[in-house]
Amino acid sequence: MTERAPQPTTAAANPPVQPLASNLLPSDVVRISATANVPAPERQLDKVAKLIDVSKCIGCKACQSACIEWNDTHPAIEENVGVYENPHDLTPEMFTLMRFSEYENPQGDLEWLIRKDGCMHCEDPGCLKACPAPGAIVQYSNGIVDFVSANCIGCGYCVSGCPFDVPRIHQTAHVSKKCTLCSDRVAVGQGPACAKACPTQAITFGTKESQIALANERIEDLKSRGYENAGLYDPQGVGGTHVMYVLHHADKPGLYAGLPDDPRISPVVESWKGATKTVGLAAIGLAAAGAVLHGLFSKGNQVTAEEEHEAEELVVKTAAVQPETREEL
Amino acid sequence: MTNSWTDIKNTDLVVIMGGNAAEAHPCGFKWVTEAKHHRGAKLIVVDPRFNRSASVSDYYAPIRPGSDIAFLMGVIRWCIENDKVQWDYVRNYTNVGYLVREDFGFQDGMFTGYDAEKRSYDQTSWEYELGEDGYVINDETLTHPRSVWQLLKKHVEIYTPEFVENVCGTPKDRFLKICEMIGETSSPTKTMTSMYALGWTQHSKGSQNIRGMAMLQLLLGNIGVPGGGMNALRGHSNIQGLTDVGLMSNLIPGYLAMPRETEPDFATYMSTRGNKPLRPNQMSYWQNYGKFMVSFMKALWGDKATAENGWGYDWLPKLDIVQYDAMRMFNMMKNGEVNIYFCQGFNPLLSFPNRGKMTEAFSKLKLLVVMDPLATETAAFWENHGIYNDVDTASIQTEVLELPTTCFAEDEGATVNSGRWLQWHWAGATPPGEARSDVWIMTQIYQRIRKLYETEGGKAPEPVLNLAWDYADPEEPTAAELAMELNGRALTTLYDATDPTKVVLEAGKQVSGFGQLRDDGSTMGACWIYAGCFTEDGNMMARRDNSDPSGMGVFQQWSFAWPANRRVLYNRASCDPDGKPWDPSRVLIEWNGEKWVGPDIPDIAVTAKPREVGPFIMNPEGTSRFFSRKLMRDGPFPTHMEPFESPMANPLNPEMRGNPVARVFPDDMANMATSAEFPLVATSYRLTEHFHYWTKHNYVNAVNQPEFFVEISEELAAEKGIKKGGMVRVWSKRGQVWAKAVVTKRIRPMICDGKPVHVVGIPIHWGFKGAARKGFGPNTLGPFVGDANIETPEFKAFLVNIEPASEGLA
Amino acid sequence: MSHQYSAPGDHIESTKPVTVSRYRGITRLNHWVTALSLILLAISGLSLFHPSLFFLSGLFGGGQVVRWLHPAIGIVLFLSFFLLFLQMWKLNLPRREDATWVAHIGDVVQGNEDKLPELGKYNAGQKFVFWAMTGLILLLILTGLMIWEKQVPLWEPYAPWAATIPARRIALLVHALSAVGIILVFILHVYAAIWTRGTLRAMTTGSVTGGWAFRHHRKWLRELAKNRKAPDNHNTPAE
Repeated sequence: MTERAPQPTTAAANPPVQPLASNLLPSDVVRISATANVPAPERQLDKVAKLIDVSKCIGCKACQSACIEWNDTHPAIEENVGVYENPHDLTPEMFTLMRFSEYENPQGDLEWLIRKDGCMHCEDPGCLKACPAPGAIVQYSNGIVDFVSANCIGCGYCVSGCPFDVPRIHQTAHVSKKCTLCSDRVAVGQGPACAKACPTQAITFGTKESQIALANERIEDLKSRGYENAGLYDPQGVGGTHVMYVLHHADKPGLYAGLPDDPRISPVVESWKGATKTVGLAAIGLAAAGAVLHGLFSKGNQVTAEEEHEAEELVVKTAAVQPETREEL
Repeated sequence: MTNSWTDIKNTDLVVIMGGNAAEAHPCGFKWVTEAKHHRGAKLIVVDPRFNRSASVSDYYAPIRPGSDIAFLMGVIRWCIENDKVQWDYVRNYTNVGYLVREDFGFQDGMFTGYDAEKRSYDQTSWEYELGEDGYVINDETLTHPRSVWQLLKKHVEIYTPEFVENVCGTPKDRFLKICEMIGETSSPTKTMTSMYALGWTQHSKGSQNIRGMAMLQLLLGNIGVPGGGMNALRGHSNIQGLTDVGLMSNLIPGYLAMPRETEPDFATYMSTRGNKPLRPNQMSYWQNYGKFMVSFMKALWGDKATAENGWGYDWLPKLDIVQYDAMRMFNMMKNGEVNIYFCQGFNPLLSFPNRGKMTEAFSKLKLLVVMDPLATETAAFWENHGIYNDVDTASIQTEVLELPTTCFAEDEGATVNSGRWLQWHWAGATPPGEARSDVWIMTQIYQRIRKLYETEGGKAPEPVLNLAWDYADPEEPTAAELAMELNGRALTTLYDATDPTKVVLEAGKQVSGFGQLRDDGSTMGACWIYAGCFTEDGNMMARRDNSDPSGMGVFQQWSFAWPANRRVLYNRASCDPDGKPWDPSRVLIEWNGEKWVGPDIPDIAVTAKPREVGPFIMNPEGTSRFFSRKLMRDGPFPTHMEPFESPMANPLNPEMRGNPVARVFPDDMANMATSAEFPLVATSYRLTEHFHYWTKHNYVNAVNQPEFFVEISEELAAEKGIKKGGMVRVWSKRGQVWAKAVVTKRIRPMICDGKPVHVVGIPIHWGFKGAARKGFGPNTLGPFVGDANIETPEFKAFLVNIEPASEGLA
Repeated sequence: MSHQYSAPGDHIESTKPVTVSRYRGITRLNHWVTALSLILLAISGLSLFHPSLFFLSGLFGGGQVVRWLHPAIGIVLFLSFFLLFLQMWKLNLPRREDATWVAHIGDVVQGNEDKLPELGKYNAGQKFVFWAMTGLILLLILTGLMIWEKQVPLWEPYAPWAATIPARRIALLVHALSAVGIILVFILHVYAAIWTRGTLRAMTTGSVTGGWAFRHHRKWLRELAKNRKAPDNHNTPAE
């Protein structure tokens, strides 16, 4: 039997060095875009999570560098536009981005809030819901939401579906790109590249349970330092996420470069992908079927011979009333 | 570092001042994070900018660049006034009780003995008063007006919170809050660590900045203890190794002194290096100086070095001046006094001040040889790159040779980190193209010069011809061979001094520590502090056992730390005078009744009894110094000095400009501005996204921080009409640069001497080579003056002006 | 020449039996381009609309092709329909008799044509199809341009709000609803054309029988009969 890589428990631990087969199998997929009735997986992988402790983050961008290197992407060398963010936004070549926010708190002290932005790996992923291409977006039983470029059609629906503004469409490859939570690393027992590279362990990785426990430890520490509203960002509106934040101001996520207060799949997207889809299709089907049936069983609106005759008369009579009119035929 | 990176996790309070550890040392900063997370440690950041370190701090205060001494003396004053002193430590382990000569004095910001003509002090009076027994007189009551304690109290008296606020621009309430937080660590069971870097060294009084904090740490009993210390964060991966092996004009390996012209023979050289103890029973370890020096010369010349010829002392160069530091060399170059310059792993066109002067200097050379893994700006100083390097190429006659070298990942050897760990590394890649190791290149040059001496003769051939060169491949010594030479070995069999029948080490064997080095020519060792790094047990630097049984971050089996694999210097001071650890929960060593034991290597003879031998064994006093005697050119106590270019006069002495004993070349004094012309204070710094001038060559780093910028406050931007992301021109009396403007709340104007002081932050990482966009650095603007003791350029505080510029210019 | 109920080009071709030219060749071509576009759009659109219909994208070469082909055809449809619109909008303006016709919709369905008022070229049902198509196509082209991934940056300088994600979400929903609507209208249109026998030939050969015109669009027939007095009704500009 093939020896499979263990499920990673942390990003800091060194991975096994012997070649091991992937531990993230097609049968571990629990949701597939545009696909109903995904067979129930035979096993349930441990739910994993990446925890980003904003209070430990120094904004060094090692995560960005590691992400570029591991995923072999090539973001453009841009300009400085008066801020520390570079690249200036997430791009199809930059799956994660440090965002810097200067915040003057009510005490008048400055805080420089630095947040690593990227895919949150929602338990209820809006991208997957919006995606029209079967198999372009999958969710594994460990919680990772992954884009499968081979099945992606580049339509950009996932961009609208995402409550966090994360996916970006590659303008030449015409596929949607985002953080994969390094599913390829996780598959062979390693944590994500960003967590591995993080010098202060502001980014950690492990089972969701362990990361929540770690977060609670951190929150306690932050509370002891006067951050009364310190808390975990694991928004329930999307069923919880597999990328979570420890925030000093969990009551105001928006301070962190516009992190949504209560993210959920937009009701617009819900109704587009819900009622509209089913009711619309039903209406079209009924209308088409009704028309066909009615067409088959009704005799149709026939013109009678009498009417043909009357038409002739009408034309002739009109001509008679106007004798000067030249007969053409 | 007195301590190690891993030891920072043991602290209760981290003070980052004169550095920006999170920004410039992100990997080491993990230990701060550890201390915060697992010990509940607090972090204080004092910096002109609310920087990346401040973003994760518990408390931040702004400070005007170049006013650190006032701040630190203010804290010392506050601690004394509020009795936040670790008295057991201070009384027993420092020189507070010693009496100072009667003729010593301090007035108008100056110590006795100043000679304005020479810009130096006659230091005669900066000395202890010795008793008839030859030992320094100690007043245990600390009441004698000439005791160091009373002199210190008097010296810091002026540094009131109001004075600090006025000079530093630090709001009084913030200053006092920091004093309180620091004061708490005067408890024997609380420690504070100081993390600093170029923010303190790159000033004309850089050494005194550091002394200021060192004195505060002594006062609080934080030197030698776990989680304490003075921790210099070194800026290159191996810059610690550079100083260790003496790559400075006035040093030879192991911090031994380069001989001077006034020391014509070895006996004269040694006569001033007796280091007789100044207190009874003290180790005064430098008494072993001769052993290290002779072993060094034996390493150079082997059998040719004999007792008769003073171990080859004549063949060592003799300095005619204090030192040929880099700035002096570039000044000489500019004056046409240098023909050939070897530039090895160094990019001075971007790293030394007054770039215009640097370009002029290189243009006067006949030959410039650049050895570097990268295409440096220095090697291309003659290329015209528009505004980025606007030179007249045709008029430059200098011949430039570029010798491509391997980079750290392509060769083998040890790098020494800030915590003095010699960590061995192996080649991870094959060098590209024609790149060769520095050792190979140097060997080739040596072999050819040697051949020339052999065939053609010449002046002073002995240093070259007599050089011991017993490497397996004379064309390319291996890293291991060189490391073994640095470690040292027995040349003849060594016998125990007390028992001549007992063999200590057989001839040809590697010494296991510097204790085995001898001054009779029976041992060789090129760098005594590295002794123990490569012993008969093998390469200690290559050890990779990361177990830490004590949990104290000691990691005794990981690599090798000089000296003697000791991880915390002065660790004897982590115990009370009886040898019990101050904090029983944090033990490095302790006295078990017979000897010193513990997870770390004791920094004292293992059998030295408590209350007999003091913990500071390198000092003849055995204690540490609040009063530093004659060791610093600019005074035995730190005193507030303004930067050479400053927005305000020195309140201690309005006539005084900069550091009164810092060397200034005549042309450069004329190139210094006043705040009337240039009202803004500039300070230079590094960014996490880049490493010096290297990583702009790397695509990924260039993506993360692509373009040169300067940082200014919203207030200054509004005043000057500068927009976020707009182009600005910044100019000093020496040059001008164009940059993008980062307008931020993280810099605020400070009120100093009643006037607002605006700070312009200038990062260093751009040039005209590499993957990133072309840009400039602060060295175009900086003044050509350095620290009075070690000549580190004053890059952290100088004057500039700023205006919006049109986009098309740059 | 009167064109109150007829379009220029409509004329009586022959009198025994009467045949009436209803659509010129160019109009018919225009109609069929529009129709074909709409069919292709419906199929390709449906493939992205519901997973169970994704297989339809195979007809075009896969989802990646649909991603760009669908909006491209959308542009064709829009332009094509715009030309039709220019030709037809006037006669599709509502008139009083349309209200009566709608009021008697039961008679329409039962074919009791004699209980209905006399009509011009179009009845109210046809007018509904026309205006529904017009409105929906406008909605579809606007929302289509908003969700056309490649074209999102085009909005930035002129209507930045349109490039925002919330706006695009609304556009997606409106596009989907409009698409359902237009398909229903399309079905109605096709069905009516087939159910009303004798209608299809108007868009194939271009003419209808006199009886058909008499039964369904008598005012139109009357006007064309009157217009026969004009010496050269092909070349006379409309009044």
